[in-house]
Amino acid sequence: MAKITVDGQCYEVDPANNLLQECLSQGLDLPYFCWHPCMGSVGACRQCAVKQYRDEDDKTGTLVMACMTPVTDGAILSIEDDQAKAFRAGVIEGLMTSHPHDCPVCEEGGECHLQDMTLMSGHNYRRFDKRKVTHRNQDLGPFLNHEMNRCITCYRCVRFYNDYAGGKDLSAQASHHHTYFGRFEAGTLESEFSGNLAEVCPTGVFTDKPFSEHYARKWDLEAAPAVCTGCAIGCNTSPGERYGSLRRIVNRYHSDINGYFLCDRGRFGAHYVNSDFRLRSAKDSSGMTLSSEEASIAFARDTQKRLIGIGSPRASVEANFALRRLVGEDNFYAGFSDSDYEAMQVLLNSLQDQDFNCPSLKQVESADAVLIIGEDVTNTAPRMALSLRQSVRVAAYELADKARIPQWQDAAVREIAQETRSPLCIFATGATRLDDVATLRLNASREDLLEAAEALFVRLSGDSPHYREGVTGRTMQAVEETYAALLAAKKPLIISGVHAGVEAMRLASNIAKRLAKIRESSCDLVLLAAEHNSVGHALLLEEKNSLGSAFNRLKDEGCDGLIVIENDLYNRAPTSIVQAALKSVDTCIVIDQIETPTARHASLVLPSTSFVESANVLVNYEGRAQLSFQLSPCPESLKPVERWLNVEGSESTESLIRRCSTELAPFSELDKCLPHPSSVVPGAKFPRMSHRASGRTAMNADRNVHEGKQTLDDNSVMSFSMEGIQPLRDATVLGSSWAPQWNSNQSISKFQNEVNGALKQRNSEIHLITRNSHLDYYPSYSRTEGQSDEHKYLLQAVQQIFGSDELSARSKPVQSRMSDCYIAFNVESAKQLGATTGDSIELQDTGVELTLVVRADVPDGVALVYPGSSATGLSVNRFDLPKAAQLSRLDKANSEYGLGVSSLVVDDRVDVEVTTGAIL
Amino acid sequence: MSDRPLTKNIDLARGPLSLRDYEAAGGYRGAKSVAGLHPNEVLERVKESGLKGRGGAGFPTGLKWSFVPQGPESEQQKYLVVNADEMEPGTFKDRLLMEGDPHLLIEGMIIAAYTIGANKAFIFLRGEYVLAEKRLARAIAEAKEAGHLGTNLFGTGYDLDIVLHTSAGRYICGEETALLNALEGKRANPRAKPPFPQVSGLWGKPTIVNNVETLCNLPGILANGVEWYQSLGSGGDYGTKMFGVSGRVKKPGCWELPFGVSIREVIEGHAGGMQEGYSLKAFLPGGGSTDFLTPEHLDTPLTYSAIGELGSRLATGTMILLDDKTCPVGMIGNLMRFFAHESCGFCTPCRDGLPWVDAIFRDLECGKGSAKDIAILHDHVGYMGPGKTFCALAPGATAPLGSGLKLFAEEFEQHLVHGACPYL
Repeated sequence: MAKITVDGQCYEVDPANNLLQECLSQGLDLPYFCWHPCMGSVGACRQCAVKQYRDEDDKTGTLVMACMTPVTDGAILSIEDDQAKAFRAGVIEGLMTSHPHDCPVCEEGGECHLQDMTLMSGHNYRRFDKRKVTHRNQDLGPFLNHEMNRCITCYRCVRFYNDYAGGKDLSAQASHHHTYFGRFEAGTLESEFSGNLAEVCPTGVFTDKPFSEHYARKWDLEAAPAVCTGCAIGCNTSPGERYGSLRRIVNRYHSDINGYFLCDRGRFGAHYVNSDFRLRSAKDSSGMTLSSEEASIAFARDTQKRLIGIGSPRASVEANFALRRLVGEDNFYAGFSDSDYEAMQVLLNSLQDQDFNCPSLKQVESADAVLIIGEDVTNTAPRMALSLRQSVRVAAYELADKARIPQWQDAAVREIAQETRSPLCIFATGATRLDDVATLRLNASREDLLEAAEALFVRLSGDSPHYREGVTGRTMQAVEETYAALLAAKKPLIISGVHAGVEAMRLASNIAKRLAKIRESSCDLVLLAAEHNSVGHALLLEEKNSLGSAFNRLKDEGCDGLIVIENDLYNRAPTSIVQAALKSVDTCIVIDQIETPTARHASLVLPSTSFVESANVLVNYEGRAQLSFQLSPCPESLKPVERWLNVEGSESTESLIRRCSTELAPFSELDKCLPHPSSVVPGAKFPRMSHRASGRTAMNADRNVHEGKQTLDDNSVMSFSMEGIQPLRDATVLGSSWAPQWNSNQSISKFQNEVNGALKQRNSEIHLITRNSHLDYYPSYSRTEGQSDEHKYLLQAVQQIFGSDELSARSKPVQSRMSDCYIAFNVESAKQLGATTGDSIELQDTGVELTLVVRADVPDGVALVYPGSSATGLSVNRFDLPKAAQLSRLDKANSEYGLGVSSLVVDDRVDVEVTTGAIL
Repeated sequence: MSDRPLTKNIDLARGPLSLRDYEAAGGYRGAKSVAGLHPNEVLERVKESGLKGRGGAGFPTGLKWSFVPQGPESEQQKYLVVNADEMEPGTFKDRLLMEGDPHLLIEGMIIAAYTIGANKAFIFLRGEYVLAEKRLARAIAEAKEAGHLGTNLFGTGYDLDIVLHTSAGRYICGEETALLNALEGKRANPRAKPPFPQVSGLWGKPTIVNNVETLCNLPGILANGVEWYQSLGSGGDYGTKMFGVSGRVKKPGCWELPFGVSIREVIEGHAGGMQEGYSLKAFLPGGGSTDFLTPEHLDTPLTYSAIGELGSRLATGTMILLDDKTCPVGMIGNLMRFFAHESCGFCTPCRDGLPWVDAIFRDLECGKGSAKDIAILHDHVGYMGPGKTFCALAPGATAPLGSGLKLFAEEFEQHLVHGACPYL
């Protein structure tokens, strides 16, 4: 620790940081723009100038930029010095010369860092009376607005988009005061993390476009801490609500998970809750709408029968637990496909095995060698891909340390590192969106990848791998290089996941276990689950109760019907099997938030709440159970799944969670994710509304001029009003961050122990799984089938960030980025079939037709199939696809009902006409 | 031994010497002499000679070279980059050298590259220097043909390749790290330092960036020795320097003169004094980003320290003269327009301060200025001054602005009072 004096006050600070960061960590107010807590310093805006004195005798001092000045022990500084204050006001004056001052119509207004810093700097009287510089704006697609005239040229957008997130289609253009931040030409921003620009931008250049469609000021938004339902990562979000509709999602800082950033699926996918895809009322088999009471009666009548229950990885822990209680554990079945369920067993085993550590995203960022086997992380768990992009910088930080360049000197560290990257080895079929930072890519069919992974395991075991005939030297070299990289690493990380398949996960476990033995300490292993509560659901299941066995029960007439919660069975099994199963019973109760093909077969459909209308607990890929708070009052027609099921204790989320922790061993600690009683003041609640919320007396005046009673929330520590304990003090829950003088999301530093540290507020979470086993290696992998028919293509399903997740696929902004189901193969195959991107391709003998996207990197003999989404556009059931098929081009025009494939962003896409026949 | 080692071969009427003629005139002797020397010995000689960088900052060249990490542990790929992006207002000395005697630069590059261990060198040439490009390209080809460039130079086992790069233009490329970014194909923004280019420069490799004139000094030092070199020049600076004069003098131009020559000798002797009807009012001694000096300073010797003591800088040594019939406000305004346009746009004081200053000067010109504007100009001298900005561009611009505001307060006042430029 070092001691510094700021304006006469002494502070103990970390000498590894810069002055700005340490001043903010100490809670001091010092304005800044270009510095970002996790992107470091570049010294562009010159806003954070402070006075530094040589020693106590130095009375004049020198102006220094706090963000560019390392902490030195004994440093004497002044923030309040007149010259420093005048300079900071001058910087604002300069930044403001061409700013349009359109705060009243600007969506950033009220949470604008530029407004805050302007006020903080003390600049108020405008002297500039010359012509302003103006710019033309671009259409950047469905996610973001662009208003360049507001730009203050802090370079944060390009530093985030390009340097941090690896985007390629946003850049700083032109120079001097004409500097322009945009795309080369108007068009949709391609990065999966583009939405963060709305938060990274300190003013209103990039703003949330879906939000502007039904805009409200930040202070008018009800906010509560929530957890993203987009994938298994469990990013923390802060949803904003007004007039009963969800308006937007912004990041909610979590030091170990998402930090300051979300992916675009998470940010824009949540709009499904407002969509027409939502089930809003109960219906019977004829489609007749039922009142809530009628529905409850109907449900109670049905539950007299012998029913089985099918749970869901996208339903909360409480919902699954309630269903399990209602039907009994023997009758409670997996909501996973059988193959996914097998994969989930491997995942659960890995979480209990002492040889492994399942790293948080923050830990992923510090891995110094990564191997990804088969999982397309950018499309299945996007936020982790952003962390992996940071992990490759570990080598850069080492170089910087050697050159004595502090890690926060962002541009200097990048300069010294150049293309030096820590190993990121990707074993994948076709191009992935991480290839640009990968140090090694093994591109082959799934079977070939698995064989290579097996060879790597053998190599790590000290033997020489036995390669099948026909394995290329490149594969062998990839195995050798990966082997060397993993052995040399201090903190290796192996990643695979459910989408990569059970074999890939077993191999990843074997490799990690072998590494753990070699290292004599645990090895980092991530096995990604597919959905936001996959782990929570799996933990509630009896191992034998697979979905297949549920279908068998239905067929064997061992029961009268089934209850399906928040699940579309057509996403879990072949169409024919699902149809047969649903036809074989009279009673099929579906409880869901959204309309699904399964719900259309139901004898009783009950509408459940989304994460907005009820609290719920979700367990992420690490086994981290997190409480997502209810955001807005629940409409009468909707109920949380557990309340429809009406089991003992289901009157509140809290009571059900407590019951779950007493009854089920894996969940014994679950109640610890609830707000700790000691932090709750009896009778006082945490308000969801800000203390500046407006219109409370007028909001419902169109219906009734009398001010209604505030909706009460008896089941939560939060209230639907503005009264209560403001989160700034020692509160437990932080719905939306705000501090005096800090209206923007930059206020988060006031809630952190130190910049980038944990929240002073406890996170409402608990790690469920204790590691208490040492499992054996899985049996070695051997190829199941021989070489396939050479006229046939091996079909491999792929995921897309926009479309592969059931809920977000029903969000309007996400839908405008989705594509139809497609098939992808390489240029050579396209030539053979005489086909080009956009053509229709038929899988022979199946009747399945798919749109072609020619992708240069797909290996020979392989076709990738993206099955699309049942929400919109053309889709297929991926379980209906054969393992291999002969392909032919169909001579017909594309369907006019589909979404097409034009919005698809993949790196190896080939859109040009492929010449057929003889090559010239 | 010539007392004009930089320009002895230059004859504008005949064009540059071919390789054969250049060698006949004693050329490549310096380069050949390094063959028998260890790079460290060359470095010692350059250090001893007291050669200072001629790009403007006057940093000792040998010292700069010594920061390049050497030895088997160090990064083996190193680069030499010639800063030939001569864009300082009023400066045209490098152009004369490159157009007049391109082989001298190449020879200097061989010596420098050998010393620092670079086997690839780049000439970052101002895009508008079309003739220099032609002549340099030809000279490089000749040198390659003769084996002076390529592999195993002069039997040393040392290889050198020179790449001639014509810049897309921008004043900021004169800042060495911005130049490196531009050479890498990136935006020409200055880089954070550390790391300094000597350690991590072009593509992250150790890199020395030297000015054209600096390198042209090397052949003489190596061929004729340190003692000879130090016998040229006086007043603490050694060797000769290209001095230039532009403005209303009889014979504007550029001459190679020993350090220590007086300003009067350059202006009244070499430039032939002021044109009839004009008298000297003030001058910028070293290009557009230096403080104004006045006729009372004419007897000052031209050395880095003597000019520094007057509160200005010798910088590029090319003077811009202001006469009594030209509006000083207009002159400064013209410079401000240049600097505002050439700001890279990275840091706030420069990017947003200079255009404001420029806009004020435009208003002053047409009589729309106000007392408030003059106050704002004064504010900007401090606001854009040294330490406040990311690089030296804006502080450079404040040199003529700050000194001009003091020196020509009356003229500024007149613009307000008359509601027009009094010189019109």
